[in-house]
Amino acid sequence: MKSRFRPKEEERTVGQINTASLPDIIFMLLFFFMVTTVMREVDLMVMIKVPEATEAKKLEKKSLVSYIYIGKPLLRYQKAFGTEPRIQLNDQFKTVKDIQDFIAQERDQLNEADRNKLTVSLKIDENTKMGIVTDVKQALRRANALKINYSSVKADKLK
Amino acid sequence: MARKLQPINAGSMADIAFLLLIFFLVTTTMDVDTGLMRMLPAMPEKNQKQKEDKIKERNVFVVLINKNNELLVEGRRMDIHELRAAAKEFIANPENKPDLPEKVWKDIPYFGHVFVTKNPVISLQNDRGTSYGTYLQVQNELIAAKNELRDELAQSKFGKKYDELDKDKQEAIKKYYPAVISEAEPKNVGGGK
Repeated sequence: MKSRFRPKEEERTVGQINTASLPDIIFMLLFFFMVTTVMREVDLMVMIKVPEATEAKKLEKKSLVSYIYIGKPLLRYQKAFGTEPRIQLNDQFKTVKDIQDFIAQERDQLNEADRNKLTVSLKIDENTKMGIVTDVKQALRRANALKINYSSVKADKLK
Repeated sequence: MARKLQPINAGSMADIAFLLLIFFLVTTTMDVDTGLMRMLPAMPEKNQKQKEDKIKERNVFVVLINKNNELLVEGRRMDIHELRAAAKEFIANPENKPDLPEKVWKDIPYFGHVFVTKNPVISLQNDRGTSYGTYLQVQNELIAAKNELRDELAQSKFGKKYDELDKDKQEAIKKYYPAVISEAEPKNVGGGK
């Protein structure tokens, strides 16, 4: 006996799902990502694992920040540049001597009023020796870029 | 004769949006930068004389890090986990010990006439062979000692954290604990490269 509740054969075919609102959903996602993220500025050429710190604070005003990266060159650069920690400014390996020029350049890009608010963020691998870091710090002092920020990951407790 | 308006086929709209979405996912980063804010001392003028010897020995808290990442604090070896407590005791000198910083009576807004340490200086010196990780941990502990004292004081006096206070009150607390962290001119002590 046929069930009363079972529909007739021709009515059982599944209708197409309405996808008209799919673009809207994707656009919403797109806008979310556009607002919350920032453009990648440089390609890292060195390996960096920044140390942890409990007192780390958020870095404000990204437009006033310049970055200096120090760490071992990535594997594909090791043939040309060795395995000793190197300094990366923008997209190139540089030496301590170039820092003064780099700071002057970064200063020029800022407004007249913001020039002395320039902050230098040091992204340094935790296994780097202090020798090279000290040299960089001395170079920054000579360039009169005194506001620095030791980049570190916020941690809850000391290891 | 009126033409019937045909609906535009929007089936590929989702694909276009997906493409854009993926493009943004790949080219952008989401990480927020965090770190320890520090001020470097200005480069001394060439004809300017060093006046380091003016500070009394008891007012200086010397932290040395050697190339094996070991700490020497005020002449004795110390584990990094003890550093915070030691630095806090140095900054505040609650029992007025003779080997910790001098204390003087000072007038500070909001606090009145109080007995506080005069000018304690924390001096940090490292070797060229010290690892950056250790150096930053030590910096972090010293900053933490200062921040904890400030927070405790702010909490007991105003019932708020230091960061949440207004400028005047923050200044008052800074005067209450005037400790500075200074970094010595680099020297090559341990012979490390």
